[in-house]
Amino acid sequence: MATAPLDHLGTGELTAAEGAGHAHVTSLYAVPGMHCAGCIRKVEEGLARTPGISAARVNFSAKRVAIDHDQAMTPPRLKAAIAALGFDAEPLIDPGMDVAARENRALIRALAVAGFAAMNIMLLSVSVWSGASGATRELFHWLSALIALPTIAYSGQPFFRSAWAALRQGKTNMDVPISIGVLLTTAMSLFETITHGTHAWFDGAVMLIFFLLAGRVLDSVMRGRARAGVAALMRQTAPGAYVVGAGGTRQWIDARNLRAGMIIAVAAGERLAADGELVRGSSTLDLSFLTGESAPVPVRAGDEVHAGALNIDGPIEVMVNAAGPDTVIADMARLMESASQARSRYVRIADRAARYYAPAVHGLAALSFIGWMIAGAGWHQALLIAVAVLLITCPCALGLAVPAAQVVACGSLMRRGVLVKDGSALERLAEADLVLFDKTGTLTLGRPVPVNLADLDPGDRAIVRALAMGSRHPLATALGNALAADPGPPIALDDVREEAGQGIFARCHGVDVALARPDRTVALFGMASEYRHGDRRILLRFEDAPRPDMAETVAALRSMGMDAQIASGDRPEALAPLVRATGMLGAGNLRPADKLAMIRRLSATGHRILMVGDGLNDGPALAAGHVSMAPASASDASQMTADMVFMGDSLAPVAASVRAARRTIAVVKQNFALAIGYNMLAVPLAIGGLVTPLVAALAMSGSSLIVVANALRLRNAAG
Amino acid sequence: MTGLTFLIPIALMMGLLGLGAFLWAMRVGQFDDMDGAALRILIDDEDDHPKG
Repeated sequence: MATAPLDHLGTGELTAAEGAGHAHVTSLYAVPGMHCAGCIRKVEEGLARTPGISAARVNFSAKRVAIDHDQAMTPPRLKAAIAALGFDAEPLIDPGMDVAARENRALIRALAVAGFAAMNIMLLSVSVWSGASGATRELFHWLSALIALPTIAYSGQPFFRSAWAALRQGKTNMDVPISIGVLLTTAMSLFETITHGTHAWFDGAVMLIFFLLAGRVLDSVMRGRARAGVAALMRQTAPGAYVVGAGGTRQWIDARNLRAGMIIAVAAGERLAADGELVRGSSTLDLSFLTGESAPVPVRAGDEVHAGALNIDGPIEVMVNAAGPDTVIADMARLMESASQARSRYVRIADRAARYYAPAVHGLAALSFIGWMIAGAGWHQALLIAVAVLLITCPCALGLAVPAAQVVACGSLMRRGVLVKDGSALERLAEADLVLFDKTGTLTLGRPVPVNLADLDPGDRAIVRALAMGSRHPLATALGNALAADPGPPIALDDVREEAGQGIFARCHGVDVALARPDRTVALFGMASEYRHGDRRILLRFEDAPRPDMAETVAALRSMGMDAQIASGDRPEALAPLVRATGMLGAGNLRPADKLAMIRRLSATGHRILMVGDGLNDGPALAAGHVSMAPASASDASQMTADMVFMGDSLAPVAASVRAARRTIAVVKQNFALAIGYNMLAVPLAIGGLVTPLVAALAMSGSSLIVVANALRLRNAAG
Repeated sequence: MTGLTFLIPIALMMGLLGLGAFLWAMRVGQFDDMDGAALRILIDDEDDHPKG
């Protein structure tokens, strides 16, 4: 993630078409609440009817809406317009840095061209193989050349470019033997065509490019799933704020133009655009972007508040003390970026294989050329044989071996509720030997769960359930969720009323009932609710419960030879129950930088670390780990940084992912063995000068099919 | 063999046509919002009865 876009925090605008009178701009908003055709219509038509907005277009896959509007429409007004339609919206920063999407499109275009060419050349080649001769064969060779040359020049570019980049740095990768093989084969075929030879290999060269591009596209599609998150961290900060002037005037200022000392007014439902000190009003803030915890935090005048926090309750005024690149969230982004640099140096398994493969193949081709020259063959025949060796050993199956296995495994994991965001994540996960868990929100659910519902008799349960359904307070929601499975319809209550900060009150069969704030202060997790029924009072306590399957998951990871530890920002005492339940080592009171240091220290001792965390405070650690996972309840930034994201409450997907990753790598290695075994059979034929274009085509498609079929065995890898 | 002089150009033209159609569809963004496209078919375009 780049920190540079932080300087452009004020740009919700993509294109500023500076008109004479009204400047029209396009802003992007994330609207995660859209679920159906009706929502699309509602948003598009509702926005188009709003004065100041000329058009709106929803992209449902990305859950985004692009709004063409007057420059006079400030982000809060646009947000209000969307909210008026019944949807939550967050402004998005220009996703113009969507390099991956552009790369993916270029690859698909190249694949389409290569597919077209491969089919048509094969059409011509089949007639040559079935006995076309003389002028017909020459015509067909020329036609093949006509199709193949532009195709190779266009579709081969991804390989040529990557090979050139590697060679210039004095390295080699999979694309070097591919490029050399394709170019030599094409040159040789062209020469043969011009000199009226019997064999042209255009079909082989183009088919090779087609198969390899298919592998590349699979790879890029997988990475594409991650790219939607690029703007996520930016989304957490507000694009700007109303600055309170001397005479109480309010003026909208972009976040990049905010300066320390300004006083900004933040209405309920808005996000803070800068760090600062609360000077007027009191409210509760949703800090889930920072901590991953959903429980809102109350703030009063004098409290420190951070950019990105969502103001929930009432209007507040904040004296800015840090804005733009100086905010805590920007700091975190920089820390994450620097921490992820180690990971970008990771060499993928296919490229590691190519380090040995490429020299072997080129050596073999050179040896056969020299051998045949010594044996007395002409340079023409010797060169033909050397080219045949190169073509037959071209890593067609190798290029497919990794992406095919990974795509199938990722599909299986996705059905299990695990999203794999990075292409090399499975490779790195298979190597991990130490798991570090964050506590709150990762080992635990990060939300309150009632612990003493057993104190309620069935009649009370029904009343509590009905009361809980009447409120959207987090504790009421927790009660409602816990009691949702009770049989029967909820009972009817009379005179239901909710008093902010006090609780929800009602009458049931003439008796006053309530879920209210307890009179006594309860320290435990800061959360409790009192159930009142007439004069009876029962204190309902809440705890942040461990995720289901926690102990089993840790045990399963251990049985796979992985050590597990807890790294938490919480008090060490809070770790004790979890440490007892799982037998893990635990370290508490860790700040984000401490977690980072802990990972660096463990990495230095040779461990490959799987970091599992959810809060933004885990962000640097997630970026620094050899591989990382985050629950779907995690902050956006953590989900974006993590290599994988798992859905649901259970922790079991962590162990399932490790198992699936190890199986994937096993299959990848089998695929390598199969591809190389295939070459071992075909290479003697090639060296013996027995390989015709027909044999090459069969060998290539045969080995690719076998590799793909073997990869399909992974479809239940996460099972 | 004279048939080839017609058939091969026809085969190539048809292939190119398909390729061109695919590339055009990609460029104008037909594949940008696959989920949305599946849903938009359900939207009634008649503006006389806004659903609200």
